[in-house]
Amino acid sequence: MSNLLEISGLEASYGHTKVLHGIELNLPQGEIITVLGANGAGKTTTLRAISRMVKTHGSIRFDGQETTGMSAEAVVKLRIAHVPDGRGTFVRVTTEENLLLGAYSRRDRGAIRDDLERVYTYFPRLKERREQQAGTLSGGEQQMLAVGRALMLRPRLMLLDEPSFGLAPLIIQELFGILRRINEADNVSMLLVEQNANLALNFASHAYLLETGKVVLSGTAQDIKNDESVRRSYLGY
Amino acid sequence: MAKPLAVDKPIPPNPVDLLTVAGILLPTWRVAWSSVGLLASVAVAFVLDDFGLFQLTSGFIYAIAILGLMLLTGFNGQFSLGHSAFYAVGAYTAAIMMDQWQVAYYWTLVPAGTVCLVVGFLFGLPALRLGGLYLALATFALAVATPQILKYDLFEHWTGGVQGLDLDKPVSPIAALSDDQWIYLFALVVLCFMVVVARNLVRGRSGRAMIAIRDNPLAAQAMGIDTSTYKAWTFGVSGLFTGVAGALSAIVIQFVAPDSFTFTLAISFLVGLVVGGLVSIPGAIFGGMFVLYVPNLTEDFEGLAWTAYGIVLIVAVYVMPMGAAGLVKAMTAKLIKR
Amino acid sequence: MEQLIHQLLGGLATGAIYACLALSVVVIYQAIDHFNFAQGEMAMFSTFFAWQLIQWGLPYWVAFFATLAVSFVIGVLIERLVFAPLRHAPVLSHIIVFIGLFSIFNSLAGFIWEFTIKVFPSPFPTEPLFGNHYIGMHETGMMAVTLVMLSLIYVFFKYTRVGLAMRAAAANPQSARLVGISVVWMLALGWGLASAIGAVAGMMIAPIVFLDPNMMLGILLYGFAGAVVGGLTSPGGAVVGGFLVGVLENLAGLVIGSELKLTFALVIIVGVLLFRPSGLFGRRVVERV
Repeated sequence: MSNLLEISGLEASYGHTKVLHGIELNLPQGEIITVLGANGAGKTTTLRAISRMVKTHGSIRFDGQETTGMSAEAVVKLRIAHVPDGRGTFVRVTTEENLLLGAYSRRDRGAIRDDLERVYTYFPRLKERREQQAGTLSGGEQQMLAVGRALMLRPRLMLLDEPSFGLAPLIIQELFGILRRINEADNVSMLLVEQNANLALNFASHAYLLETGKVVLSGTAQDIKNDESVRRSYLGY
Repeated sequence: MAKPLAVDKPIPPNPVDLLTVAGILLPTWRVAWSSVGLLASVAVAFVLDDFGLFQLTSGFIYAIAILGLMLLTGFNGQFSLGHSAFYAVGAYTAAIMMDQWQVAYYWTLVPAGTVCLVVGFLFGLPALRLGGLYLALATFALAVATPQILKYDLFEHWTGGVQGLDLDKPVSPIAALSDDQWIYLFALVVLCFMVVVARNLVRGRSGRAMIAIRDNPLAAQAMGIDTSTYKAWTFGVSGLFTGVAGALSAIVIQFVAPDSFTFTLAISFLVGLVVGGLVSIPGAIFGGMFVLYVPNLTEDFEGLAWTAYGIVLIVAVYVMPMGAAGLVKAMTAKLIKR
Repeated sequence: MEQLIHQLLGGLATGAIYACLALSVVVIYQAIDHFNFAQGEMAMFSTFFAWQLIQWGLPYWVAFFATLAVSFVIGVLIERLVFAPLRHAPVLSHIIVFIGLFSIFNSLAGFIWEFTIKVFPSPFPTEPLFGNHYIGMHETGMMAVTLVMLSLIYVFFKYTRVGLAMRAAAANPQSARLVGISVVWMLALGWGLASAIGAVAGMMIAPIVFLDPNMMLGILLYGFAGAVVGGLTSPGGAVVGGFLVGVLENLAGLVIGSELKLTFALVIIVGVLLFRPSGLFGRRVVERV
């Protein structure tokens, strides 16, 4: 199975502060992998590097193509959808408008309409609230909206930044159930950044552990979950 | 020497800073350059013709006005696009005193300054609630509305309405000096006085407080500085400076009329401030001269002085890569260290 | 009573112009969080350009739309060339640049076309609508053109893909980039639109106040007043604010005389900013420590 995403020697800085010191990461086609680590380890920065929101050195290859020279807008056209931390909802615009914005870079009008209906099938609650201002949605609904918006791109790769943040356990369960369906039914590969290691390890097939901008551990989710010493020292449980 | 900070009570501004005139050790080269400049300025009085003196005098006046704006915008971070209004208030105060009450010109400066101090303070109070951009808008509105207020017929008895007021030219009390030479030296003295006041203000505790408020108002407040009073007070002092300049202009030009105090004048002040470097007292003087002489140089192409101004403003912003604030900080740091 | 209706309708007519300028101001404010102090001068410059085209023999409406197009392009160029590098500069820098532009446009207009007052034609017939006594044909036409333009803008923002993208880019630039919107070009587009709207305002008001380089300063002030009243976060609010200011200005003129109208605008601006900064329709922006 080929790798959809290959990252090597990735370095990134904010101004003069270097945050990533050489990340190595591979995402096989159709798989879900997770990037774990404490606050400030560089997880969000890694995602932002992929979606070209931050300056980098090193290599990111998507489907064999080097993307580090591209603009954020161009990377979106490659159908990499980034669900940012905090959801990034367009709060003053309606739910449906948020979803349509997800498809902004697409030109195929008819298919966009179809995809809209598909998203509503995944998230019926969004359909109920389609004309509502997105800022009035609950946290869980906004997270679903963010995922739905990413779906509207018909992505090949979905980057998810702490989707469980601030959500009730039941909602998290629901959301991740839907994410799994999306992964299987629509063949969307996923890169999940999470602080909730247990949740992530039950969801993903492979895991990378980041510490101060470097990968300190990687392996199958199963192995990492079962390794007690790793769990205790790195994941805190 | 320095009193410990009383954290339970906010520290009010220190009026004594304004009044101290002497007693600061200046580096030798500064004393040298200032003396040279002063001597040269006095000598020039006997060299230039009347018109040349009139021009230099006008430059001094602009310099004082720009000093006022510098205190407010450069050192305290409050934007004003409306200093033409303070200039007008100062000018008209002096003019009315001379015209209506036959007050001698040299007595008009202090009242004009005081009126503007009060007006500035009163404007500064509501200004506290307006952040940078909104304050800019409010002062812009003030500048645009000022000529119309001055023309209002209810005040016509005082202001002379649209035609304004004609004033008498000051007469030189010294036989050896012509009227224009006397006026020039008078203005020079006022300029020197205002420069010393400004310098003391900036280097004193008040100055540091003003700068602290500009750079980080919350931290300043946390340190015990009464930001509100300082900011309003700075507005007042800034108004005072520009008002004195206005009063001086009434004396020197012997004429005030509403259309001399338009928004265009406020732009001139801003240009002078930016060209002079925003936090430099010698820069203010340079700015004043710049704003006076540039229109003269481009006299043949009338409108182009203002096009040049616009370009200068834009280029100045670019040439300071860290923005105006960066240059401000760099220069302020140098000023404080001395 | 007749006086009142006359002033009311007249107020709505001038209010239309203020609404245009208020809309320009808010469109740019929404995009870059700054006030374009040079908006009036840019509008004036565009109007002179139109005048020149008409002097060279072009029919009015051809000149009108050509001016709109050129104004749009000038707006885009100013954003791309002058403001794009300043994106992260402090507020003072922006203000200085705006004043610089003000100066340049004003003096260039004076240099090219001189300060003598010119007559700018009205495209509307001279017979008042239904032969009424309250409001002239040009003023009626002015309101009609303004309302048409505002409706088009409204439709653009609400129902078109690009309009939605512009709103998104203004509201949340980061998220906008994540869905592939070029925020950079949305800003330029906003500037272009604002310039074109300003040009319309200039060309509509010029027949009434006569064309000279200093004609827009006072009007811009009313435009700001309208924007502030409307709340700065809402283009619709800006339009309502503009009309409101126009009507209030005329009614106040009845009471305090027409000589203090600019002062009235000043009072409105300062008053609203102090006592109700979110205006009529705006949202309160909470500043986080």
